[in-house]
Amino acid sequence: MTQQGVRWTAEQVLALAPDAASRKAGSKLGAAGPWSEAGSSGEGTVWGLCGGSGSTPYRTAVDLTEASGPAYTCGCPGRGGPCEHALGLLLLWAGGEDAVPRAEAPEWAERWIAGRRTAAEEEGAGDAAGSPPAPADPEAVRRRAERRAERVTAGAVELEQRLADLLRGGLASAEQSGYGLWEETAARMVDAQAQGLATRVRELGALPDTGPGRPVRLLEECALLHLLARGWLRRERLPQGLAATVRSRIGLSAPAEGPPVRDRWLVLAQYDTADSRLTTRRIWLYGTGSGRTALLLSYGAAGRAPELALPVGLVLDAEVSAYPGAAQVRVALGDRFAPPAPTAVRPPGSTTGRAAARYGEALRDDPWLDSVPVTLERVIPARAGDGWQLADADEDAALPLTPAACARPGLWRLVALSGGAPVRVFGECGHQGFTPLAAWPRGPGEAVALC
Amino acid sequence: MSRTTVAVDASLPDWEDLVTTALLGTDRRTPAGVAPGPRAPSALLDAVAVATVRRRAGLRPARAAERPPPAPEDPRPPLPPAAARRLAMLLADRPGTSGGGRRGTAPDLMELLPQWLAAANARDFAPPPAVLPALLDAARGRTDLRPAALRFAGPRALWLARLNPDWRFALRSAPGGGTAVPGLHDTDGTRRLWEEGLFAERVALLAALRSREPAAARRLLDSTWATERAEDRLMFLDSLRTGLSPDDESFLERALADRSRNVRATAAELLSALPGSALAGRMAVRAGACVAVDHTRDVPTIAVEAPHECDAGMERDGVVAKAPAGRGERSWWLGQLVEAAPLGGWSRRLGGRTPQEIVALPVADDWQGELHAAWCRAAVRQRDAAWSRALLGNPSAPEAGGPGAVSLAERARLLGTLDAAERAEWVAGFIDTHGLSEAFQLLGVCAVPWAAPVGRAVVDALDIARDAGSYPWSFSGVMGLAERCLDPSEAGRLDALLAIPDEPENASPGAGGYWSEAFQRLVTTLRLRAAMLAELSPPAP
Repeated sequence: MTQQGVRWTAEQVLALAPDAASRKAGSKLGAAGPWSEAGSSGEGTVWGLCGGSGSTPYRTAVDLTEASGPAYTCGCPGRGGPCEHALGLLLLWAGGEDAVPRAEAPEWAERWIAGRRTAAEEEGAGDAAGSPPAPADPEAVRRRAERRAERVTAGAVELEQRLADLLRGGLASAEQSGYGLWEETAARMVDAQAQGLATRVRELGALPDTGPGRPVRLLEECALLHLLARGWLRRERLPQGLAATVRSRIGLSAPAEGPPVRDRWLVLAQYDTADSRLTTRRIWLYGTGSGRTALLLSYGAAGRAPELALPVGLVLDAEVSAYPGAAQVRVALGDRFAPPAPTAVRPPGSTTGRAAARYGEALRDDPWLDSVPVTLERVIPARAGDGWQLADADEDAALPLTPAACARPGLWRLVALSGGAPVRVFGECGHQGFTPLAAWPRGPGEAVALC
Repeated sequence: MSRTTVAVDASLPDWEDLVTTALLGTDRRTPAGVAPGPRAPSALLDAVAVATVRRRAGLRPARAAERPPPAPEDPRPPLPPAAARRLAMLLADRPGTSGGGRRGTAPDLMELLPQWLAAANARDFAPPPAVLPALLDAARGRTDLRPAALRFAGPRALWLARLNPDWRFALRSAPGGGTAVPGLHDTDGTRRLWEEGLFAERVALLAALRSREPAAARRLLDSTWATERAEDRLMFLDSLRTGLSPDDESFLERALADRSRNVRATAAELLSALPGSALAGRMAVRAGACVAVDHTRDVPTIAVEAPHECDAGMERDGVVAKAPAGRGERSWWLGQLVEAAPLGGWSRRLGGRTPQEIVALPVADDWQGELHAAWCRAAVRQRDAAWSRALLGNPSAPEAGGPGAVSLAERARLLGTLDAAERAEWVAGFIDTHGLSEAFQLLGVCAVPWAAPVGRAVVDALDIARDAGSYPWSFSGVMGLAERCLDPSEAGRLDALLAIPDEPENASPGAGGYWSEAFQRLVTTLRLRAAMLAELSPPAP
């Protein structure tokens, strides 16, 4: 590592695990027992021999210098992503100098590293000198885009028709037809290549079944779906930024072509959400230089962890590029210039009133937005009825936590961290309430992950 | 968030009206300002979309609820960072998540938590606040962890437990529900808490005071003794076990006349643990009348004449008259008398013999079991090392391993009266002769980490068991104990055992590999324990 002596924490290492099973297996191997000849170079390569009950120990090595993320090699038969041996080795290394001392790399590890460097250089050279991707026939590209737009338009028209039928007969009677109605509509939207519409429709079917709020939530979401379909059908008449937002909300993904912004990005939070098809990972970044908050999205097949994993609490010297759309927070991660390093920087916070106002302002550019990232300064978690809220320490104002956030174990870490005193909390603030994702203690100390 | 309170624009349709229309359907009802007809549903959705976004954009913070009172300060120094990481790792390892019965080579992290907590408590560190929920959850699942976990968790954990019903147990387990016991010199505070406190607070107060100033605690108890309820008297009396001394005798003598039988019995038990007490003297006379050396036989023999009745005086001194089902009355009374009589008196009574000589005497008419068992109980109660030694006998004696007069459970208790080094020597001698199959209970009373002789004996015995070709899980109890109790510095001596040995002819198939795995886990665990302890003892600045 270029940062001398920066070892990751166990949590950061475990975040690399592709699934719960390898996480578990990795933690078991994160102790000195099975390991021999473990060491690490000053440049950020870690290696070791992992003896199991088998005859020959596995040679395991990890290269942490790579800006695109750690690379692994292991003699075990496992494939893809870090195996439990690589995780165990990193955990051991995270444990400190005693277990994994600074040393000269053994010959086999040196060879692997050298092989990787050569391959990387060739690839780099190939990119520069080799022929760029065949220039697509612009006419063909245009025709393809037109055909797709036509299909989406047909989908939007059909959706409008279905919504109109729904409202004509009344939501009360439609409710009796149940989940199937939404599933079928979602499938039609998938056929129309409007993934964004399909996802929103499917979420309608998954709204909580009971509670007095349900009809209102359903109506609100139907109206926003209608708004999106109408927005697509009249996209020529929308301002450019809003039109781009509509496109991305509909599911027409455009590449992240914003200018690359280099900054030292603090990794604020990383969490996964999963449905039956897909695991979505959200990583929030805070630009310590620019003051900007950005979102990285990464996907994995259902039950598998997405590939991108960043160590929460550390800062990355890297470039990001924004996706198109007004008020777009989503970015793509570009070049990384140095391995993650610790920092004492924390994002500046605001009051609850300011946070609510910021969400309102963001809706101007994107009315479909569910929440915005904000950092609250000097708030105290307090019980409010059946739920919880974050109360301003100095004003009579508070943001309620979303019901989902109240049910998560992270809530209790937040309450424990606060101990009734004001803390700084990063999270998502929206119409459902506030979702805390990370918090900092009053005094010095690392961020505590709440998700 | 509260719904916005911005003035409603009169030109906007009423929200309730929109919702009602949407529920009923535009075929049945048209909202105000929307024309009926085929365009009505679309117009309704337009209006709802505007209202929804408008409302979301206008959200304001809610009123603040009552904020929780601040948690009390924890004055202890914070954990060193490496130790904090280790704790998080130990807590993340939940039992039962690995699945499958075989234990593999990796250590059981959860099993190390008690030791980690003891070490952290000994150094008086405070936990990082964010780890408290996991700590409370662990203590909730395992009652054996609770005292150490709650002590380590400290005042903020009790504060937290008041907010979450899942952690109520912490308030019950904590002395006085977390109320601080007044300082030693705060006599007014002590008196007030004693007179006005809840039962749990009073028990905690009495226990704390007794451990610092036994006489003051007894005086405090005496001051309200007559007015306490019987079950409370029993609990309070029990706290006098700590720091019991001859000064307590007159108070305990009075308690012998208590209205409650349980209180009387406890008072008698406490008095019999004071060899100089009047009760002990009375018991010595009674017991002495039952046991004598009979010189008329070829070899001197102990003759026993059990009491024929349980008189009022005996009952007053705590003898229970009614024998449990299946036991003869007379032997039941004899047992109680001998158990309560001071052991120091037997030498004079039985011809100036030492405890060893007395225990070695034959006993006539099958009374040996009853008599020796009563002496065992007396030795434990009076914490008499000389008698314990005599009753334990030689660890390598053949009968020590068999179902002799003294059971393994009794031996374990007798060992408890010896000092740690002597205890270790005895257990090591026992294992050397009898192997591990009977040793589990005895190992449990040895001080942790095990003294060198015990560690050596256990490792040698495991090695022998391996060479004999049995499977390691026949010894999983001792293995688990060794992982937790063996001195980490022994790890180096175990390296030779890690290799997979050539299988002897009569070995169980594959046993060698499993043994190597088991030893590997043992060594890994020892290393981990050494690392754990090192992390908790940061180099002095």
